[in-house]
Amino acid sequence: MKIEEAGCLVTGASRGLGRALAELLAARGARVVLVARGRDALDEAVAAIRAAGGRAWGIAADVGDKDAVYRIAGEAAALLGEVDLLVHNASTLGPTPLPLLLDMACEDLAQVLETNTVGPFRLSKAIAGPMVLRGRGVIVQVSSDAAVGAYPRWGAYGSSKAASDLLARTLAAELAESGVRVISVDPGEMDTQMHADAMPEADRSTLADPRKVAARLVALVEDEALAPSGARVAA
Amino acid sequence: MIAPARAPRAASDVKLLQIAGTRLSDHRYADLPSLLAPGDLLVVNDAATLPAALAADAGGQAVEIRLAGELHPSHTRAVLFGRGTWRERTEDRPAPPALGPGDAVRFVGGLGATVVEISPISPRLVTLAFDRRGEALLAAIYAAGRPVQYSYLAASLPLWAVQTRFAARPWAVEAPSAGHPLAWETLLALRARGVKLARLTHAAGLSSTGDPALDAALPLPERYDIPAETVRAVEAASRVIAVGTTVVRALEGAAARGALVPGSGTTDLRLGPGSPLRVVDALLTGVHVPGESHYALLGAFVDELTLARAAEHAARSGYLSHEFGDAVLVSAHAPL
Repeated sequence: MKIEEAGCLVTGASRGLGRALAELLAARGARVVLVARGRDALDEAVAAIRAAGGRAWGIAADVGDKDAVYRIAGEAAALLGEVDLLVHNASTLGPTPLPLLLDMACEDLAQVLETNTVGPFRLSKAIAGPMVLRGRGVIVQVSSDAAVGAYPRWGAYGSSKAASDLLARTLAAELAESGVRVISVDPGEMDTQMHADAMPEADRSTLADPRKVAARLVALVEDEALAPSGARVAA
Repeated sequence: MIAPARAPRAASDVKLLQIAGTRLSDHRYADLPSLLAPGDLLVVNDAATLPAALAADAGGQAVEIRLAGELHPSHTRAVLFGRGTWRERTEDRPAPPALGPGDAVRFVGGLGATVVEISPISPRLVTLAFDRRGEALLAAIYAAGRPVQYSYLAASLPLWAVQTRFAARPWAVEAPSAGHPLAWETLLALRARGVKLARLTHAAGLSSTGDPALDAALPLPERYDIPAETVRAVEAASRVIAVGTTVVRALEGAAARGALVPGSGTTDLRLGPGSPLRVVDALLTGVHVPGESHYALLGAFVDELTLARAAEHAARSGYLSHEFGDAVLVSAHAPL
């Protein structure tokens, strides 16, 4: 996929990997709509991209909110014309410090699945339809190492990412030959606020810079050979 | 009498009445792929539907304002309704206050607008300039608006209930509803059969206002945008099947200016009995009843007697009308 002039929709875009990705896409000439819950951090991220000469717009919304889905899809299509790239980056850890599964309230697990799995699924439903009709488009599910490894305390987050990965693979299978590519990308451990919330004791010097991860992720979007539809790849 | 569908229905419950020339036949909507042939082209309207009904204060009164055209910061057409909600028939609503150029409108949530023009068609048809633009205007409309709906429905519609499965740019103020039953199951089956799919965007307008002068003028001129790949697909197709009257208006409106060319335009084309069809061979639409402008449009495909027989058959066979109702596939020639 060509990045220049592409219409991109990135969730969880006011900080961490999402913000680095939005900045890089805009710097590469894409038009980017950033979605985030918090209005202030979102406005700041959009302003920073515009100040650097990029084209960006913000939508303050929670992807876990069912009522927000067609607002996000409609506003993004109005601003971009066509959404060529959708990146599901927003996610929640649930309660922190991360509890053991047997200490976790079931409602907290449900809320993590709602935000990390069901919310992105709804948004994919709203965005993938027009992509299939056009015969082009890329959907990226940002996954996690926790989706494949059974790490203590990461059960809710990891299972939400595992479920999203399988939804992405299955969607890719159903849309084979449609021209729409659906991939999962595991960004690895990054030096982000989310990582600090989950593992405050971690040595930050061992964690990847989200800007470097964003650059690898964009390369995967650009080159289908590196990440064919249905693939789950490391960034 | 054809009863209205009172709520959204599953695509699997939708029936399809085929009117081909003078022949009528009953089908399930899911049978659509078997009614079309390889080389046919299905063209859909990919407009998403705005939450175009907004509560507001204007002229010192509570009013409802329904957007009547594409959202634009400095000139959006809108229709005023007096106090009340969608639950009352539009023709039973009290008249809104008379507004004039320069009057202020304050929407729920803080969005403001100024009346810049009153239409000669009706004092209820106005042009508004909003106090914000771009993403701020979009956010305010999505926060304050609800889908336009009418009194025959049983419950308030959430925004997702009015979107088609391929909704993209939010240009429509009422859902391009002929596309509602088009599930991906059917769309991918059509593709597998060799039927091509293409899209255009058409700003579907209001279907009814309760104001006789205004209703007689519907549909108002509407904007459309036809992609180059759709024009190429039309040229390569053996037959073109329009999904919805908006697609007929866009394609025939564009073709009436000469050759069908890609790009954006506005059409005020009104089709009826005897209207020439330059592009479209068949129409997949809802069940329309005599007296509606959509029903008149069917007269461009088949004769009046056949339409009357079809309406009688639909009533007798329990077909449902309106946006969540059953479907009709109409073509001049039998069999499609």
